[in-house]
Amino acid sequence: MSRYLIPLLVFIALVGLFAIGLRMDPRRVPSPFIGKPAPAFDLPQLHAPGQRLTQEILRGRPVLLNVWASWCVECRHEHGLLLQLARQQQVPIYGLNYKDPRADALRWLEEFGNPYVISAVDEEGGVGIDYGVYGVPETFVVDAAGIIRYKHIGALTEKAVNETILPLLNSGKGSSERSGP
Amino acid sequence: MMFRQVNPAMKLSRWTGSERSHRPRIFPCLLLLVVATCLPVHAADTPLKFDDPAQELRYQSLLSELRCLVCQNQSLADSHADLAQDLREEVHGMMAQGKGNDEILAFMVQRYGDFVLYRPPVRSGTWILWFGPFVLLLIAVTAAVRFSRGRNRGTAQVLSEAERDRLQKLLLPPTDGNS
Repeated sequence: MSRYLIPLLVFIALVGLFAIGLRMDPRRVPSPFIGKPAPAFDLPQLHAPGQRLTQEILRGRPVLLNVWASWCVECRHEHGLLLQLARQQQVPIYGLNYKDPRADALRWLEEFGNPYVISAVDEEGGVGIDYGVYGVPETFVVDAAGIIRYKHIGALTEKAVNETILPLLNSGKGSSERSGP
Repeated sequence: MMFRQVNPAMKLSRWTGSERSHRPRIFPCLLLLVVATCLPVHAADTPLKFDDPAQELRYQSLLSELRCLVCQNQSLADSHADLAQDLREEVHGMMAQGKGNDEILAFMVQRYGDFVLYRPPVRSGTWILWFGPFVLLLIAVTAAVRFSRGRNRGTAQVLSEAERDRLQKLLLPPTDGNS
């Protein structure tokens, strides 16, 4: 009966392959920054244009760097979660305001609330390119040593926060004291 | 008076024969459609040009080697995404600074990973990508050969002496009367 068995096995193997393929999201491109230091930047702050914000601010304790824009619809979906994280003081969140006119960004935060300790203004998108941002929102988990540990692409979800990001932050607290390149 | 006749042949010949006036109207429309869909292919939103045709050629070939991460099935040359425009400017700027192709590609890979290259380097992680199709081809050819051999052998064995006689009788016209 191998005459029927082989096509059947091939068919099952194909179905298996397709099933795996369907579950994979082609938008999730693995970031080449994982395990590497957060790229340098020097940008004006959103609320205090005269002051600068650099990558140095990301060092010292684990933080989130959230790329956002007022024109980004997905950002609204994750905004509640960010506000909640900020309110519970689980992790300091820094914002990278990507290709956004300052006035729009300020108005947006006023309307929806501001979860960010500080937001930096990347109006030209150059820092976005240096961070390999190819869609907004994106969220980087940066450990105490300033090393990027994880990048979340798209709006944050409760699942991603609870199952990936928070455990990473908690483990990062411990490991960053031991390690340190 | 032949034209009034309703017959299937006439219906078929309508477009090619008697009512010729339909064709000239459709054809220009089709042509326009074809031209219109071809035009935007290389129209960058803000065209960046080089005076030197060799540089321009190098610029275009670099762009066609790089994937736009927003519309993943388009190259940087084709994509109208905002990011693609920014990256085109980036490539343009780096070329103006006199940077080589390797440097520019390394810049992209450093930020977006191998995924940004339409021709990723051959590494253990990309073996399946580079050699998978050949493995599949080999399997397919082997299977096809084995299958066809098996079939030939099968047909050769099927006919026994008695069956061959019967076949002869069926194929040859009856020589002795009917039935």
